[in-house]
Amino acid sequence: MPYKKFCLVCSGKQCASGQSEEIYKELKKLTMEKGICQDVQIVRTGCFGLCSKGPIVKILPDETFYVNVGVKDARAIIDEHIIAGQPVENLMLRHENPAKESRFYQKQVRIALRNCGIINPEDITEYIARDGYAALSMALFEMEPKDIIEELKKSGLRGRGGAGFPTWMKWKFTHDIRDQADEIFIICNADEGDPGAYMDRSILEGDPQSVLEAMALAGYACGSSMGYIYIRAEYPLAIERLYKAMDQAREYGLLGKNILGSGFDFDIEIRLGAGAFVCGEETALIASIEGERGMPRPRPPFPAVKGLWGKPTVINNVETYANIPKIILRGGDWFSRIGTEKSKGTKVFALTGKINNSGLVEVPMGTTLREIIYDVGGGIPNGKAFKAAQTGGPSGGVITAEHLDTPIDYETLGALGSMMGSGGMIVMDEDDCIVDVTKFYLDFSVDESCGKCAPCRIGGRKMYNILRKITMGKGTMEHIQQLRALAVPMQKASLCGLGQSAPNPILSTLRYFEEEYLAHIRDHRCPAGVCKALVTYTINPDICIGCTVCSRKCPNNCITGERKKPHVIDQDNCIKCGICYEGCKFGAVQIA
Amino acid sequence: MDTQQELRLSDDLLAFIDIWKEKRGNLIMILHRIQQDFGYVPKKIAIELSRYIDVPLAKIYGVLTFYHYFKQEKPGRNTLAVCTGTACYLKGAQDLLHEVENLLGAGVKQTTEDGEFSVEAVRCIGCCGLSPVMTINDEVFGVLKTDELAGIISKFHSKSSGQQ
Repeated sequence: MPYKKFCLVCSGKQCASGQSEEIYKELKKLTMEKGICQDVQIVRTGCFGLCSKGPIVKILPDETFYVNVGVKDARAIIDEHIIAGQPVENLMLRHENPAKESRFYQKQVRIALRNCGIINPEDITEYIARDGYAALSMALFEMEPKDIIEELKKSGLRGRGGAGFPTWMKWKFTHDIRDQADEIFIICNADEGDPGAYMDRSILEGDPQSVLEAMALAGYACGSSMGYIYIRAEYPLAIERLYKAMDQAREYGLLGKNILGSGFDFDIEIRLGAGAFVCGEETALIASIEGERGMPRPRPPFPAVKGLWGKPTVINNVETYANIPKIILRGGDWFSRIGTEKSKGTKVFALTGKINNSGLVEVPMGTTLREIIYDVGGGIPNGKAFKAAQTGGPSGGVITAEHLDTPIDYETLGALGSMMGSGGMIVMDEDDCIVDVTKFYLDFSVDESCGKCAPCRIGGRKMYNILRKITMGKGTMEHIQQLRALAVPMQKASLCGLGQSAPNPILSTLRYFEEEYLAHIRDHRCPAGVCKALVTYTINPDICIGCTVCSRKCPNNCITGERKKPHVIDQDNCIKCGICYEGCKFGAVQIA
Repeated sequence: MDTQQELRLSDDLLAFIDIWKEKRGNLIMILHRIQQDFGYVPKKIAIELSRYIDVPLAKIYGVLTFYHYFKQEKPGRNTLAVCTGTACYLKGAQDLLHEVENLLGAGVKQTTEDGEFSVEAVRCIGCCGLSPVMTINDEVFGVLKTDELAGIISKFHSKSSGQQ
């Protein structure tokens, strides 16, 4: 008897932290209790993407989408919806503006995330039922290795890890020298260290088999029989699902010796990262798999020629791999019809920060920032004004309001002084200080610099110190020149991508927000009111009604005043914590 | 696990090391397993490991000190970690850290005197949709406000919970 209804429960990390596992168990228990477990299947799936509204439960076939579900809601879902056929209204996805409802999904095109939130990631048969391993089987029996590379070339797929190097070229370099090498390796870079980005984690948690299949395809195309997945130790759920996925794939003869009876051998091992951002750089990653300190080395030679243990090595990122089975199956031409002239396909972004629908979105290349932020993302919360979107993390830069209508691809972002990066997109509003955020990124890069080359080790520290002075109100006009003077040589002379791109946030924000830097330096003022040293909290006596809330909340007891009379802040003792500012319901506490 | 004489490579660990011994690039995987068992990598164990797999102690420490994930000091009974990824930073992770320090008297990379909590500032844990985020052991607390911290922390304190 086939199931009549399906109840999909997100088991991605963010929903899991909202007790989605308990919801799953409760739903399961209730279906047993009611004796309907023959009719309705309860499934744990990967991420749906709308993480800020989790835990999420979706009912099929009617596609009802429930958000912010709690364990106590399970009974209503079963009783009212599954049994009585009446969707539970108060759990359904709502938008302040009904016309915008569900726009979160409307503009999305899901290729890399095609199975996330649809299949049970711990069951290989569900992946197979969605055309899983069809590409591998087709490749092994109907295609030559060079045909696979040809399809990738037609597709125009470029690396999704940040730099955007054409994937087919990497594969071809290794393919062409495979006869000269006794060993060749395939690596999956799952060391997703960019703060504010979690695309790769969600793919590995929601659809691990797609990555395994793509790595096997890479192995066949490049003549390798061994692959490594280098994954952050901070992603325990993804690691667990990968191990399960690998066990199942081996059991089904899709990994290991003589895959599908074709005579092709390919197996995969997992290697754990240990919290070093620089290991996202491919040569540092290779050093780390070799069990060494994760320090990069000069390129060339490129890993495609001389990589892991000195052997030719193909390294791609998780999202890049996730696209590949679909490209092989549907053909490169199909993929190349999506996107812009030079950037094909889609890109997954982790949309976070000051945005209503925070979560994971996959849009065609060439979608504008405005569409992503206002249609998919639902706009900025609390009626605040958009200030900038940051892409590329510590290696990238900002995009301002005047460029909201730029179609996003590798080239346009580069021209704007930012970069695609791995897909973090952090939205900032008027309350965020650009200098402070830039300092945050520099702090990150300085902390993560491996220290091998001087431009990165010393240059980064110098620039960080200057930014720190500026945010403390001790900046001078020379500092701006010094920042520019340090940034360019650091970009040119650093050994690896970390150092070469660490100055990008500074150059980008100086380009668009120089005025804000100057306000800190010249006027000793932080326009966003973030830099504590430059902020003075005062109480406006015309607005203050003397409710005493601020004086009771002040942790340093430095607000005084009689009941029903205006209060005063003792500036000498104020620690600038901002609690009075947040606590005042009348807007009487003001930032100067 | 507290006393010095118990700090030795257990049979389980030795069996694990034996499997990995022959594989290339095994050191980081072995150190992960050691940290999983002890909560950190004790010096005594590192010395023993060095002899067992015939790798210089300097190299082991070279790797240990390079990676943020490896700890050389015994952590507290609970590990409290505030995410300091970009999204959490924008939404007030620094304020959470200050409040944690106020409440526990221990700042980042410190352990409380009673050994109950270690405080860490961690890189993005990928829960940006829930920012700002804090974890205690494996439990994630999202969309946090500073005034919720005291209540959450007290639940993990051995004296008040009486469990774990």
